[in-house]
Amino acid sequence: MRDTFVATTTEFLDDPRTVVVLADISAEAFAPAATRHPDRVVNVGIREQLMVGVAGGLALTGLRPIVHSYAPFLVERAYEQIKLDLDHQGVGAVLVSVGASYDRAAAGRTHLGPADVALIDTLHDWTVHVPGHRDEVPGLLRAVVCGQGSAYVRLSTQSNARAYPEAGDLRVLRDAGPGAALLVAVGPTVDAALDATADLPVTVAYTHRPRPFDTAGLRALVDSAVILVEPYLAGTSARLVSAALADRPHRLAALGVRREELRRYGSAADHARWHGLDAAGLRRSITDFLSPALV
Amino acid sequence: MTTSATTVRVAEAAAPIDGRDQFAPLLERVRAGRKFGANVLSTLDVLQVLYDRVLRITPATVDDPDRDRFLLSKGHAVAGYYALLAAKGFIPPDWLDDQGGPSSRLGDHPDRTLIPGVEIGSGSLGHGLGLGVGSALGLRAQGRLAPRVYVLLGDAELDEGSNHEAIAYAGAVGLGNLTAIVVDNFSATHGWPGGLATRFTANGWTAATVDGRDRDALHPALTGHHGHRPHVVVALVGDGE
Repeated sequence: MRDTFVATTTEFLDDPRTVVVLADISAEAFAPAATRHPDRVVNVGIREQLMVGVAGGLALTGLRPIVHSYAPFLVERAYEQIKLDLDHQGVGAVLVSVGASYDRAAAGRTHLGPADVALIDTLHDWTVHVPGHRDEVPGLLRAVVCGQGSAYVRLSTQSNARAYPEAGDLRVLRDAGPGAALLVAVGPTVDAALDATADLPVTVAYTHRPRPFDTAGLRALVDSAVILVEPYLAGTSARLVSAALADRPHRLAALGVRREELRRYGSAADHARWHGLDAAGLRRSITDFLSPALV
Repeated sequence: MTTSATTVRVAEAAAPIDGRDQFAPLLERVRAGRKFGANVLSTLDVLQVLYDRVLRITPATVDDPDRDRFLLSKGHAVAGYYALLAAKGFIPPDWLDDQGGPSSRLGDHPDRTLIPGVEIGSGSLGHGLGLGVGSALGLRAQGRLAPRVYVLLGDAELDEGSNHEAIAYAGAVGLGNLTAIVVDNFSATHGWPGGLATRFTANGWTAATVDGRDRDALHPALTGHHGHRPHVVVALVGDGE
């Protein structure tokens, strides 16, 4: 996904309004673009507060910044700059992260970023994209870069087997018919979700755009049981599901990365298993959640 | 300082350069009987020299892409700022009478979306210089070489590490259209041994350290930038002023 992002963004630089702001991460990949557009590929060094502050200043002069770094450094370290140097100034930018959740599990806690979407979700009116496949990246990136507001694009080394472009609104991948539970899988979690529910009465819908969440689609698809599967902090979208279904009796299982610090290294697959986000773990949680209805 | 002494000091600091300015009464209007702190008094001369003699910006050009940018990073120093914006016609004087009120556009920190002529919303220290660096880069990238970006900070504000990210980077890339002004009233808890200016010059900035009360010294310092290096003016004012 990172390679696709760099290639697509390099094309965007043909528009003189586009500017890329980096803090060393991926600077080498952008080196050819920086040679062609030295004033519009800005690498501030390992200075994430400045990276976002500079993006705010660039936007104040009418440019469209694309800001890129590792998820925890981009969103957590520079959170006040995102809040004040972008939102409070009334300007927008497109933030693009790599290193989603536990992509670099062996690097340890400092490089884990499961809270990024929850933090962005404290802000108003952001678009958030969590692509599940590299081929989804160019289209959604183009849409947000050509827009006016702020957007967060969360790239990952985790991927589904195939791309589902145009899945901003909920896209049904398996319809289990009337009365079935509705599972909403975000980004690269959908393959495991499909595996986990292959023989269960569960309709599976996919989105790579958790914000704005497709609440109209949710209301159209839901019967009474909803299962959220998110590749970041568990429960991040629970408030939106609850609000969307406030007038209906419903049950909700919100699955995702747990808050506890595991203090374990290993691989992304190991962490998915430990957080119950592999197919077997999801199946356990989902059958537990549905068992009263199955009995 | 007694209230009456404060009033005298305000009147002195607000003395108009051309004798016709409405600044002093407008500042009194903002003050509304309260006692101004050192942070207000220390910035008055710098603000007036900037708006009277340096900045190329008028109420008619607040949206002109080629205007100079003035970024008040120490957002608590609003009293003189608001009075000046009223004196120069950016905002109606009536706005000064209800600072912080429920219907007021003027808070105890400024909001750029509510006040014409205000370039940034500030208040949390350490944000203005990064925004200024970005603004200077953005102007340069668009080939706008005439406008200059001025950022006003305080010596205690420089405690915030984000400033040092901006100082190092702006010096490294030779951001020649950026001027930082640091009003130094020696309020930083641990001080700046060796002087504030050294933090900038070590990173390739040009620097002028002047008496922050001396308008005839401030003017050449504020316009003393040259070449391809960012410029800092350290405006010294009395201890605790």
